Parts: sequence; structure tokens; C-alpha cells
Amino acid sequence: MEYLAIIISAIFVNNIVLAKFLGICPFIGVSNKVETAIGMSGAVMFVMVLATLSTYLIQIYILEPLGIAFMQTITFILIIASLVQLVEIILKKVSPALFQALGIFLPLITTNCAVLGVAILTIQNDYNLIEGVVFAAASALGFGLALVIFSSIREQLDLADIPQGMKGVPIAFIVAGLLAMAFMGFAGIV
Amino acid sequence: MSQIKNLTKGLIKENPVFILFLGLCPVLGTTTSAINGLGMGLATLFVLTMSNLVVSLIKNFIPDKVRIPAFIVVIASFVTIVELSMQAFLPSLFDALGLFIPLIVVNCIVLGRAEAFASKNNIISSIIDGLGMGIGFTFALTVLGGVREILGSGAIFGFKFIEGDGMLLFILAPGAFIALGYLIMLMQKLKSKTA
Repeated sequence: MEYLAIIISAIFVNNIVLAKFLGICPFIGVSNKVETAIGMSGAVMFVMVLATLSTYLIQIYILEPLGIAFMQTITFILIIASLVQLVEIILKKVSPALFQALGIFLPLITTNCAVLGVAILTIQNDYNLIEGVVFAAASALGFGLALVIFSSIREQLDLADIPQGMKGVPIAFIVAGLLAMAFMGFAGIV
Repeated sequence: MSQIKNLTKGLIKENPVFILFLGLCPVLGTTTSAINGLGMGLATLFVLTMSNLVVSLIKNFIPDKVRIPAFIVVIASFVTIVELSMQAFLPSLFDALGLFIPLIVVNCIVLGRAEAFASKNNIISSIIDGLGMGIGFTFALTVLGGVREILGSGAIFGFKFIEGDGMLLFILAPGAFIALGYLIMLMQKLKSKTA
């Protein structure tokens, strides 16, 4: 039951993009086509779960016993950066097909603040290991859901007659605002 | 390029938020009021200037292959300094900005300027570039925070000028997106006029 609450809250109520404003850059940047949006969401899911798992273990077994929790920011970003590199190298070797699909998105993920954000939130919310992993996976699903909905709307927008000044990024933000309003309807479920 | 031009380009012409669309997460996440926007902007300004300075100092000693991780460590150190000092001296602002303080590390502007500018230019221009970009970022955050505060709670920098609530929507998440969309439209109009 607890897990269900975490999942629903992370996907709908506190959607990572539309309510917490994390990962806006890829949300605006790679949302022109549904296909790339799906690829990006897959890569984020993969890295986010692995990153949360490893940062959690480092925090509990290394930083806290040594009393250097203030090094959190530096340590976490280094772990995430090297993890992304590692995933890239392993994927290239083990599964070229998956690498083909996710490859171009992986380097972008290092500077995706959603990954670092979820890792830090897991620590701040005092989740245990399993809760943390469930939270990370659900957050990534929420990211994917928002990204896919948003990119399908933007594909339609290409055909719409938009006022000159609003074309491109401004209209994308207005759409994102309306989408965020729709997601506000989920408030109070959990 | 003259240094004055270097300093002012971040304000409108190359504004990191309105024109380049960099570092948008804190822009949307922290601008529920003008003062929060200003605080976040100044924190980023400090990190941006200091990391530009250090990156420009060490650019000749770092092997090309590991430069990005090295830059990230420099940036993360300054973010930790900001985080700890803000927690000590401005605890209420620290609570309001929350998660977005450690997230300055992954702000694309900071790494972007280190990589694109400070690693190729001398110390003085790098500092000025950091200041200029930081001022542009602070400007954007304060304006967006101001607009949202005026519309959302009928106040500016905490001074209330109407009774009761405003359009609460603008304090909440959707208002951030919508207000920023309109501001970007205005700024692009402004830019095309001055150019």
C-alpha cells in the first residue's frame, strides 16, 4: 500500500516535470517528436533507477558513517556522471540495439537535473532502499508520461495556425502550463 | 570585443533564460515571488563568476579528455559553499529554494559558460562573462518572480497592494509555465527590435 502511494504520488500528483519543475531542459528540448520522446524517457528511467540505487548506498554506507554528508552534492554529481559513461560503454558492448535507441540521449542525461534531484529527494524523504528505487522508477515514469503527452501535442501544434510571436518555444510553455493545470486535478488523490 | 559589451550581452541580447533557454528548472521552480527569484539569481551569479574564474585559471593544467569532470568538480565545490553559507546565514531563503540550491550544479548555464567561454579566454574576460551572464539570469528570475507575485498575490517584494488573494494560479505550477511563455514572447520581440 505504501508503495502504491509512492508510485501514484510520483507519477500524477507530484509529477516531476509539471509540479516539481525538474528536467525542464529535455522536456522542452527533445519533445518535437513522439519517437525521440519515448527514447529519452527510456534512457532517463534506466539511469535514474541506477543512479538512485548507487547514490543511496554511497550516502548510507560511506558519507554518513564518515560524517561528511555535506559532500553530498559533489559526490552525487560525480557518481551520476561516471555512471552515465559506464552505462554507455556497457550498452555499446552488450546490447548494440539498445545503444542505438538510447545512445544519443545518454550524454544529455548527466546534466538532467531530474536525475540528481530524485537522488537527493530520496535521501531527504528518508526512504529506505526499496522505497527509493520505487520512487525513482515512478518518477521516471511520470517524466515519460509528461514528455510523451507533451510531444504528441507539439506534433499537432506544427499544423496549427499560431500567431507569429508565439511560434516555437512560447507556445510550448503555454501548452506545458495547460498540461500542468490538468495534472493539478490529481491533487488530493493520495 | 569590448568588456562593456561582454558584460551587458547577457541582459537581453544573449539572455540565458529568454533567448538561449538554458537552466530553466530553477527559473520555473523558484520564482513564486520576486525575492526568491532574486535570491536564486544571486546564488547562481556567484557560482557562475567563481567557477568561470577558477576554470580560466586552471585551463592550461587540465588534460583535454578529463576537462568536463574537472569543471564539474569546481562547480560543485562552489555550489557546496553557497549551500552551506545560505543554510547558516539565510535559513528562510534556503528553505524556500530547497532542492534547487544543490541543483545549481547541473544548471546548463554554469557548465556551458565554463566550457564555451572560460576555458578559452583570459581571467578578466571570464569573470566579466560570468558576471554578465549571472546578471542576465538574475534579471530574468526577478522579472518572472515579480510578474508571478503581482498576479498571484497582489504584492511585489512582499509589499501587498491589493486586499485578499490574487490569481492563485500564478503562484502554482501552471502559472510559471504560462507567465514564462508570455515573457519569452515579449523578450524576443524586444530583441528583434534592438537588433
